[in-house]
Order: sequence, then C-alpha cells, then structure tokens
Amino acid sequence: MAEVTYNWPENHKARLIGKRVSRLDGMEKSTGAAKYTYDINLPKQLVVRALGCPHAHCRVISVDASATEKVPGVVLVHLIKAPKPGDEPVEIRADGTLLVAVAAETEAIAAEGVSKLKVKYELLESFVADHDLQAAEAKKRTKKAGGGIELDEAIGEPGDDDDEEEWEEQKVQQLFAQSKYVVEGNYGIDTITHCCLEPHGSTLHWDGDRLKVNHSTQNVSRTDDGYADALKISADEVDVHCEYIGGGFGSKFKPDYWGIAAAEIAKQTGRPIKFLLTRDQELKIGGNRPSGFIDVKLGADENGVVQVWDSHHWGTSGFNGSTVSVGNFPYVFRPKNWRRRATGIITDNEPSVAWRAPNHPQACAITQTAYDDLAAKMQADSLDIFLRNLENIDSPEKSLVYAEQLRIGADLIDWRKHWHLHGKGKRRGSVVEGLGIGIHKWGGTANSSNCLLKIHPDGGVESYCGTQDLGTGTRTICAMVLAETLGLPIEAVKVNIGSSTYPFSGASGGSTTVGAVSESHRRAAQEVLAQLFDLVAKRLEVPAEKLEASNGNISVVGYSDKSMSWKQACSLIGIQPLEVTSIYKRGDDSPLSSSNVAGCQMARVAVDTDTGVVKIIKMVAVQDMGLVMNRKTAESQIYGALIMSIAAALFEQRINDPKTGAFINSELDSYRLPRLGDTGELVVHFHEPENERARGVIGLGEPPAISGGAAIANAVCNATGVRVPTLPLTPKRVLDALRTAKG
Amino acid sequence: MKNFEYAQPTTEDEAVALLTEPKKDTAVLAGGTDLVGLMKRMVVTADRVVNISEIKSLQQVERDDNGSVWIGAAVCLGDFLDNRHTDQYPSTKQVIQGISSIQLQSQGTLVGELLRRPNCWYFREGHGLLADSGRMVNEGDNRYHAILGNRGPARFVNASRLAPSLITLGAQVRIIGPEKDEEQILELADLYRTPAADSELENVLQPGQFVTHVIIPTHGDRLTAAYEVRQGEGPDQPLAAAAVSIDVVAGTVQNASIVLGQVAPTPWIAREAAQLLCGKEVTEESAAMVGHQAVSGAMPLSQNEYKIQLAQVAVKRAVLKAAGYDTGGLDTPMPLEPTVSPSLETHIA
Repeated sequence: MAEVTYNWPENHKARLIGKRVSRLDGMEKSTGAAKYTYDINLPKQLVVRALGCPHAHCRVISVDASATEKVPGVVLVHLIKAPKPGDEPVEIRADGTLLVAVAAETEAIAAEGVSKLKVKYELLESFVADHDLQAAEAKKRTKKAGGGIELDEAIGEPGDDDDEEEWEEQKVQQLFAQSKYVVEGNYGIDTITHCCLEPHGSTLHWDGDRLKVNHSTQNVSRTDDGYADALKISADEVDVHCEYIGGGFGSKFKPDYWGIAAAEIAKQTGRPIKFLLTRDQELKIGGNRPSGFIDVKLGADENGVVQVWDSHHWGTSGFNGSTVSVGNFPYVFRPKNWRRRATGIITDNEPSVAWRAPNHPQACAITQTAYDDLAAKMQADSLDIFLRNLENIDSPEKSLVYAEQLRIGADLIDWRKHWHLHGKGKRRGSVVEGLGIGIHKWGGTANSSNCLLKIHPDGGVESYCGTQDLGTGTRTICAMVLAETLGLPIEAVKVNIGSSTYPFSGASGGSTTVGAVSESHRRAAQEVLAQLFDLVAKRLEVPAEKLEASNGNISVVGYSDKSMSWKQACSLIGIQPLEVTSIYKRGDDSPLSSSNVAGCQMARVAVDTDTGVVKIIKMVAVQDMGLVMNRKTAESQIYGALIMSIAAALFEQRINDPKTGAFINSELDSYRLPRLGDTGELVVHFHEPENERARGVIGLGEPPAISGGAAIANAVCNATGVRVPTLPLTPKRVLDALRTAKG
Repeated sequence: MKNFEYAQPTTEDEAVALLTEPKKDTAVLAGGTDLVGLMKRMVVTADRVVNISEIKSLQQVERDDNGSVWIGAAVCLGDFLDNRHTDQYPSTKQVIQGISSIQLQSQGTLVGELLRRPNCWYFREGHGLLADSGRMVNEGDNRYHAILGNRGPARFVNASRLAPSLITLGAQVRIIGPEKDEEQILELADLYRTPAADSELENVLQPGQFVTHVIIPTHGDRLTAAYEVRQGEGPDQPLAAAAVSIDVVAGTVQNASIVLGQVAPTPWIAREAAQLLCGKEVTEESAAMVGHQAVSGAMPLSQNEYKIQLAQVAVKRAVLKAAGYDTGGLDTPMPLEPTVSPSLETHIA
C-alpha cells in the first residue's frame, strides 16, 4: 500500500464537507428519544439528594441524622463534607457545598430525609464584595495575581543607580504627559454561572469490581481516571458513558466530588445510584466564571493610537482567590508601552471553572470598552479608532484579517448609516440607539483523537471514538468525514461515540473537538480506503492511485465503465472486517487542521433612557475558522455564542447577599436569562478568503462567545453618551449611570 | 418535597371539607406553577394538597345577569385570553400576553396568579415573608423590593401581575370556607394585606378558605391599559408596573383608577394620583405629573431607588396607553427613524 497523504477534498469535489448538514440526532433530541444522563434510570436504583450548606462561610460542627434514618425508604446517610462524630469541624467556604448525602428509594424520600438532617454550624464572617477592592484589602481578602510592564525599546533601560519601580513610574507618567488624549475609566463584569440545563451528576453501578458510570461529561475518555484516583482503583476498572449532554460550557470535565460520593454509596449499598444536582445546587456549585473589575488609564497620540496602557484589575474566582488572567490585558490590542497588575479577591464562593473561552470574554469586556471611551473622548468614530489601533496588536500578522473583518462587519450592520458620535444620536421619545464593536482571538488547535474504523465484508461501515457531542454536532461531523471520504451517503456509516471503552479522544475544551475528530476520522477513512483501493486495483487491473470513491462506487478516474459498487469492493476484503485505528496527537503537524482565528462582533442597540432597558436590535458576527466542516452547525454554534454574549451583557449575574454571602438568585426564576425575543436580529458571516480553506479545520466553540459583551457595552455607551461601567447592563445600572452623569 | 396526601374533590363542599380537617396543614392546588416549586423548596410543606381543578363550577368563564364576568379558579390564563366575554378587559389581556411563557399561560390559572406568593428571594430561601422583621432585606440585596408601603417589617413586593389591572376594573373575589356553606364576596383590593407579624400572610385568606371566582364588572366605556417595565421578553417578574382605568368625556378625564404593581407588599392603589388626573386632559405633561404623584410617598431601600423612576414611568405610560397614545418607550416599533409626532390634542376626538 502506498503511503497515504492526508488531505481534504477540493471544494468543488466535496459533497458533504462545507455544506449544510442537519444533525443526525436532531430528531431524537427534539422528540425526547435521546437519553441524557438525567434520563437514565437503572433497575433497583437508589436516588441521592444532598444537603447543601446554607451558609457561605461556616464550620460544620456535627451532623445528627437520626431523624433522617427513621424516614421509611431512606437507605443510607453518607457524609460528604461533614465531620464524623468526634472529628474536627469542617470549614465550608461556599453556599451550596454538599455536606451530607441521603440515598433513598425515591427522590422525594431522599429530599424528605435531607430536610430532617440536623446540622450544627458555627457561623464565620463571610466576604463576597468582589467589586470592592478597598473592602477586600481591609479584610485581608486579596492575593497578588501577577502583572508586569513593557516599555518601548526607545525608552531605554533604568540605570544601575535607578530604583527600577520609580524609574518605570516616571517613564509611564512621561508617556501620559506626551499623550494627546488620556482616558481614565473603570469597568467590570460580574460572575456568571454555567447554568447547564442538565445538571452535573451521574447514574452509576458496580458490576463486581468494575464501576460503570453514565456521567454528564465533556470528557468521556478521561473521566475514568478521576473516578479511579479517588476510589483507589485502576482506570481500566471504570467505564464512562455519555451519549448526550445537556450543556457543559467548560464545567464538566471531572467526576466531581458528588460523583465520587455516588460511587461510594453504590459500593456501600450494593445498589445502582442516581445522583444529579438540584437546580439551585447546579447554579451554586456546578460552575461559575470569575468576575473582573479594572481601573484603566490609557494615553493615545493625535490619531487615537494608544501608546501607553496602565491598568490594575481585580476580581474573584471564589475562595481560591484568583482573577481573570492578566496576560490578555488589553485584549487583542497591545500598545508599545504597558503596565498591568492584577489582584485576586478571596470570596466565600465555589471556585470557578473554565467557561467558554476562559478569561477572554471578561478581558475583552473590560479593556476594549476603554478603547471605545477613547473614541468618545476624541469625538471620533469607534470603528476608525479600532482600525487605527490594529497597528499595535498582540498578533501583528492578524491585523489585515481584523481590518477586513471589521470592514465586513461594518457593511453588515450598516455602520456608516447608523453611526453617530457618542450620545449625539437622534432621540425618539426616551429611546436612543447606538453601535459598538468588539474583536477577539482564539487558538482552536485540534485535540488528540483516535478512531477505530471497521469496514465489514458486506459493506457495513462503523466507527468508534471516545469523543462526545456537546450538542454542537460532533457526531454529525464524524459521519460527514467518513461518508465524504468513502464516497458513501451519510446514512451508510454508523458512528459510535460517547464511551470510554472506545479509542481515546480528547476532552471537549478549548474548541478542540471538531479538529480532533476531523483528524482521526479522515485519517482512518483515508487509510482504510487505501487498503480497499489496493484490493480493487488488483481486481480491475488498474493502478490504485487511479481509483476514486464516490456515489457509492469505487471507479477508475476517467473510465466510468470501470468501476465496482461499494458492496462489491468490500466483498474483496475476505471474511474478517478491515480495521484501522488512526492516531492523531495534539500538536502533530498536519495538513488537516491548524489554529488561531480572529473575529469581530458588532451590536446595534436601543436604550430606553427612562427605564434603563436595553434592547438588541441587531448583532453581527464575522468569524474565520479555516475549513468550514458543517455550515449549518457552525452557524448555530455562532448563534448560540451570540445569545450567550447577550445573556452575560444584559442579564446574567450571580447575586450574593452582601451580609450572609448566600447566593440568593440560584434558581431559574431569579437568575435572569434572555429569551428569544431579547436577541434581536443575529447575523453570522463566515470570513472565508481564498486561502482560508487551506488552513484546515480550526475549532469554533469559544471564539464567537468572546467579544459580544464588549460590543454591546460599547453600543450602549454610544447610544447614551454615558459609560455604564459594569456588565450586566441592567436597567438599574443604566439608570444609575445616567443619573450620575447628569450630576 | 415532603410526602403529602393528594385529594381531588369534584364539588366546592368537598373541597372545603378536605381543606378544613383539623391538624392538617393543607394547600390548594390549581395550575401548580407556583405551589409545586415552593413545595420542592420546602417553603410550603403541606400534609395534604387539594386539587380544585376538577370542580366543574370552577372551570367556567360566565357572564351573569348584570353583565359581570365570573372567572372560575380552574380557568387558566390562556383560556381567559381566548374567551369572548373577556374582550372588554384589554388591560388584563395585555398583562397576560406579557407573561410570555406558553407553559405559564396554559397551565397557570388566573386566580392562582392573583395569589402567587412573593418572589422575594429571602422568602423563597425559607426565611419567611418578613425575613427577620425586614432586617435581611434592609441589610441584604433589595434591588427588587418595595419602595412604597415598606415602613413596617414587610419589604417584599406583591407578586401578582394581574392584580393592578383587575383592581382598576373593580374586580371582586368570591371566597368560600372555612365553614360549610360559608361564602363571601370581597373587593379584590381587600384580598391583599401587608403582614405585620410572622404569623400573617400577604392575603386575608384563613386556613380552609379559598378563592373560587374572580368577578369582573362590565367596564362601560372606560379606557384601560396596563404598562409593565420588563427587563426582557421573558416571563420574569417586571421591575415596576401600573394599570389605569379612566372615563374620558369630551377630552377630559372624569374618573380614574390607578394601581401600581411590583412596588409594595400589596397592589398599590394611587388614589391621589388618580384624583389629580380627574378634570384634566391626558397629555404627556399630565401623565408625567400623575406618575410623579403616584410615587410621592416612596421611600427607597439601599439598592432600589431606581424603582421610583420606573414606577413613575409605568404610571405615565399606562395613562398614555389608556388614552391611545404612543408610550414613547421601546414598545414603539423599530427601526427608529425620526418622525414628527402629531400633537396629543389632535388625537382626542
């Protein structure tokens, strides 16, 4: 067999890749036939409910479960984060932390059992004011979270006798003194939660010494080792399954401590266990995204090009006390001179976990707003200021890409027609309108992925890969790649994913999945096809390189009469199936995938200045992504990201009681989210210049979820002429800002 | 959720009997859109749940000899919207349309909506209606709490979105129990009260009593409207609301009724504001003045001063809307092109 050269079919030859293909499991999902972890019930299972700590900061002194144990149907009370009799108290640092689990015959009995637990707490002072740096400092709730400085070479170096910090301070101040425009501002974005529609958890049982887990996970192939580590068994004794998942967004990579508790309870009781979080537990401990607040001073030249950036930001990731990573400040833009500092705030909240494009949405929302305020100060067009500052960005090779994307975005939102200077638009009654921009970047390198592909002698095709479909259409992409490569209709391939017993495939985090499965499935299919071509070539007495697979046939290029049907060709395999396992390792040089995308988003909003209500009129997303695999699911990925951006910009906010620290809006009736009527018109544009396809597949999960918040915040500022500093831009905040501006 | 007995009576008498059994904590179930959530959160822990929706007499929308329309306690919001007898109550329909959830419209009942328990997060977290005599709200996050009627320990806002419009329409409720054959007709406005002690509810219903009907009188030629300040298009609780009913003769308001929602522990009847409107033409200025008057006694908590403006705007817009004018907010169709508004006077024919 000749060595296989991995490649993608040329555009004009592709039947499926780059086309609009509906999700293969769309019908199952929309009819409820698809079984999510939450839907799985095992024979003789017990249901577990857990007591969440009602206090943000306390010590659990003791647990009295005697009344719980008397509830008919309660089978086991299991301490999770609570002391056994005689043990030291356990300190709890977040509202909702699971203390005690109750396993019972039904969910209602388990809940009743939980309600009868008597727990003694010693209350400790809590702190949740993550926006208030001074208060945090006074309460010793801060931690240094990095920083640094870089000055233009021309400025030189401090002399041997200079105090370095003093010298730097002097140079920074000189740069501000030389600046034509200086902008000072403060900006912020609150903590939001992942709010997965399907809560975290598992339904599991022990089969002898083997743990079989249905787990709502973004990490099918590697959740087993999390269970194994905690339970002191080997990863080969754990099977993890997840056919469908109802949202993860970066929060579902591990068994979590309640998954481990479920396995322990199953062991103790000898019964299958179903343990998924309740809605309020899901919001409280299922995952959250850190907040960020910033004081910024920037200086720009007469053209509005920022020459010096000086910032200090803070925020909270919960009780571990870190904040948004300082490395991305200012976001995408990188003036020649910058100084930045970060402080983490320790609050009594569950530690945050990855949320779609970790750090980027916050960095974008609290730094690109300062660039927009520069435009406001200069009485200039924001689009011009963004364009001019492309001369100083962190990936200079992308500046032309951004410029082109901004041009396209401006056309799509009709920027020139609707633009007005900040606060200078026409009013209709109390309503004003505005435009805003944000730009973003992301890597999107393909993750490692292996695929086992079997071709049966009867022509059947099946694949096995331990990847997962987060709802974005991974299963469909796998089938498309195989069907495209083998020249078969998409229904002719049977794709199997969602089990840790299948060949390894990386976790779905960082926009790495579409690249991963495209790599492994294309490689496997090209290899298997090469083997099949060898057999067919021999039979047809033609060179294998003259063969092609299309329309369910393998034929000789240019000789349509010389061909075999797929089935006939497969009959040449013999009695055993033809099997190939492809292996792709993250970072391997490949013609099939690459990384690094740019993107811009623009928003047009209307603001009712009497009520502070903000309404999205239109949002435009311009996004490059290399080779587009499935145009339909790629589009819907971006629509979803825009809606998430609107949610975080206008609605979502974790609200902690300032006194007790309790997370008080942890139900969907009080945790506000946008509805369809709140999204306005959403326009998605794939930026596909001529060379884009040649870059291969690049992940799309995170990038479109980054810059929408900045675009909306900037649009509100453009509409009202007033900066509403902190997202979400609730009516209260808009009115407060308008009132402050009036003086 | 605690285990409970479930009863499904088919007559009003059976229902009263089931609700009044001694030593049983009972709850009335109709649509369940509020009750079930509260039971799951263990805020309501009834021993017995009595489902009244199978009682035939409660399933109807009927017109009596006086022209009043009787809405049974099992009638859902969607059925009210679709019923021809209710076309004369546009302000109520406007609010139901704003409860933009097909599930709530189809499952939730009109009477249940009137009795929805407060959305106050301290109440729903199990701290009681008064949440430590108002201290938790005062020291806590009170962005959605009361700006009026908040000088006692109660700081929550009444949760009903329909009550303001129905009160302006002069609606009454029929209440039965706790004794067999005991029945009373009460002004809807009098159903509500501001609790002063932990033992009191936000309504006057006694254990064993329940509302069987809402009775809405015929409206005559009054102009009615409701305006809710909503952050988004979802079914979330509005930030402030007002309903208005006015008699306009020869361009001048003769009678007016103005009720605010989401601002106080009860629907808030703005009598002085309504009085101020009488004898005037509805104009931008008079509507704004009435809005201003409606919140003149407001006393904000630490985080909800913005609600004073919202309540003021809600009243102003409800008045304008009742008189048939553009409210000037985001409800105006977009895109917003500059237009020359005809003067208000030319509209009053």
